[in-house]
Amino acid sequence: MDLTNEDVADVLALLDSLPYDELDLQTARFRLILRRTADGWTQSAQSLSAPAGLSAPAGLDAAAPGPPAAAPGPPAAAPGPPAAAPGSPAGGAGADAGAGLVAVRAPLPGTFYRAPRPGAAPFVEVGSQVGADTVVGIVETMKLMNSVTAGVDGTVAEICLGNAEFAAHGATLLRIRAD
Amino acid sequence: MFIIRRILIANRGEIAVRVIRTCQRLGIEAVLATSGADADSVPARLADRTIMIGPADAYLSVETVVGAAVAAGADAIHPGYGFLAENPRLARACEAAGIIFVGPGAEVLEAAGDKLAARAHAVAAGLPVLPGGPVLPAGPAGPADPAGPADPAGPADAGALAQRIGYPVLVKAAGGGGGRGLRVVRDPAALAEAVAVASAEAQAAFGDPRVYLERYVSPARHVEVQLLGDGQDVIHLGDRDCSVQRRHQKLVEEAPAPLLGETLRVSMRVAAVALGLQLKYQGLGTVEFLVDTRRAAFWFLEINARIQVEHPVTEAVTGLDLVEEQIAIAEGRGLRLSQASVGFAGHAIECRINAEDPAAGFRPSPGTVTSAVFPAGPGIRVDTHIQAGSAVPPQYDSLLAKLVVSGADRPQALARLRGALARCQVAGVTTTLPLLSAMAGDARFAAGGVEVGWLARWRERETPSVRDENG
Repeated sequence: MDLTNEDVADVLALLDSLPYDELDLQTARFRLILRRTADGWTQSAQSLSAPAGLSAPAGLDAAAPGPPAAAPGPPAAAPGPPAAAPGSPAGGAGADAGAGLVAVRAPLPGTFYRAPRPGAAPFVEVGSQVGADTVVGIVETMKLMNSVTAGVDGTVAEICLGNAEFAAHGATLLRIRAD
Repeated sequence: MFIIRRILIANRGEIAVRVIRTCQRLGIEAVLATSGADADSVPARLADRTIMIGPADAYLSVETVVGAAVAAGADAIHPGYGFLAENPRLARACEAAGIIFVGPGAEVLEAAGDKLAARAHAVAAGLPVLPGGPVLPAGPAGPADPAGPADPAGPADAGALAQRIGYPVLVKAAGGGGGRGLRVVRDPAALAEAVAVASAEAQAAFGDPRVYLERYVSPARHVEVQLLGDGQDVIHLGDRDCSVQRRHQKLVEEAPAPLLGETLRVSMRVAAVALGLQLKYQGLGTVEFLVDTRRAAFWFLEINARIQVEHPVTEAVTGLDLVEEQIAIAEGRGLRLSQASVGFAGHAIECRINAEDPAAGFRPSPGTVTSAVFPAGPGIRVDTHIQAGSAVPPQYDSLLAKLVVSGADRPQALARLRGALARCQVAGVTTTLPLLSAMAGDARFAAGGVEVGWLARWRERETPSVRDENG
């Protein structure tokens, strides 16, 4: 347990009557910095306690969570090909040196979905012809579905992440052989 | 009656912190279920104990959550909001495991979660509903009649029903809610397609293809009434206005709803209590209404069977701790409050500080918080789970903090809001703070009583290059 709003209010009531403009209070459990500004006080709190974990009982940590019933996102669709290693991060869509392939990268970190909804066919497979505006997948970030387009005319050469796998920001989702 | 000594909190983020604080004040041990992504979070640090439940989506697994409660020796589960909060399977699994579910019973959760069933209950309780009803997607093998006695004819032909209602119409998913699965149709030629797509999307998103039509009312405000019941008696804890929305999601809420008019306000409160009685409501719940203030008319939208994100504005004007009341009801103590004993004083406004970029269509902005400074002082409350160094994982929603200000009246609350927003500084992720500050300074917002489409129009005017998705 650390400071509550009421605790902070009590400290402020005390500080208000004193000539100080800053309080920096640190204990083993928390640090609280209060500063006087032209508009009033600001607080910056830091909980320093380590989480007190219960030892996980046998079986619980291994218990695979069930399928997210009626979750908003499209869960497992048609299984993708065996997941390849996640693509190299950073950098926008661009040509992979020498290979003649264009990487389609995750615009945001999130969960990569290959199909528009559970049970539906994937947007594309290896060999699919795509245009620059063809949707090739979805990256779900913070409950928002972001369509990912190919960005280039060509043929899907490689799918680099499996369905429902996590994609880091800028991770290569698939590679396209440009026309 | 049963005394709860240890609660498993099956949630994360600011609501986990919120529930932990009340538990600790009441001397109840707070055990927090955490995913791997949240193992080092602020609520994990504040909880008396934590129990690891698995990967990021473990909060959605009934079996995992109940298993954790049993393993932790918890008497009760508090589900917070979102995740499993309104899942009747969790309520039933708790009952089977001899654990108290802090929330309504499974039957009420089922009635509230099925928007058509909720609509039928509202009709039975005498509440005004928008003209409309269930419809069949074009083609063979439509869904079975879901609506019960309020719609004796069963699903109707969409074209004929829409003609009777009058365009524009709203296509809604029976399994949806909270702004999800909505679609406005203005042109009769687009109706069949919209119903078919909405039904397919509803099947994918909610596992339920049933859709219904309602008259689309605009301009209108979103006003809701907070209920508290013990299964027999039901009281209201006042109203809230939640009309400032982006993408059908609330951004700013206040209590009481400004400029409502006493007759309308009282009628809505009476209607909400009538629905609570009809459902034999137990626990905390919210009845949402659409309001046309110019015609002094209101219509039932849906009932939310959980604590809501915006509950602190109600706490600010009533002086109550709603989590404490939830726990008291869950312990079987019955209502401790009478309607006459609930007083209302002052005005409160809540702003949601989200990790989103308003300049890029509210695109999510996950990452790591490098610093977090919030205001402090009289009439200011900040509910948050972030501090310098906190991860904002992409797997969860974007809410970082709720700034709640209150004052003796709305002008004082608004003045405090402006000063308080100016003192908020969150670095490391992009937030809605600049938008909230600009909005708090706007004259139309200051006048009060804006309608649901206002924020989108205001943003297009302020930043013409930005096109909101608020349709």
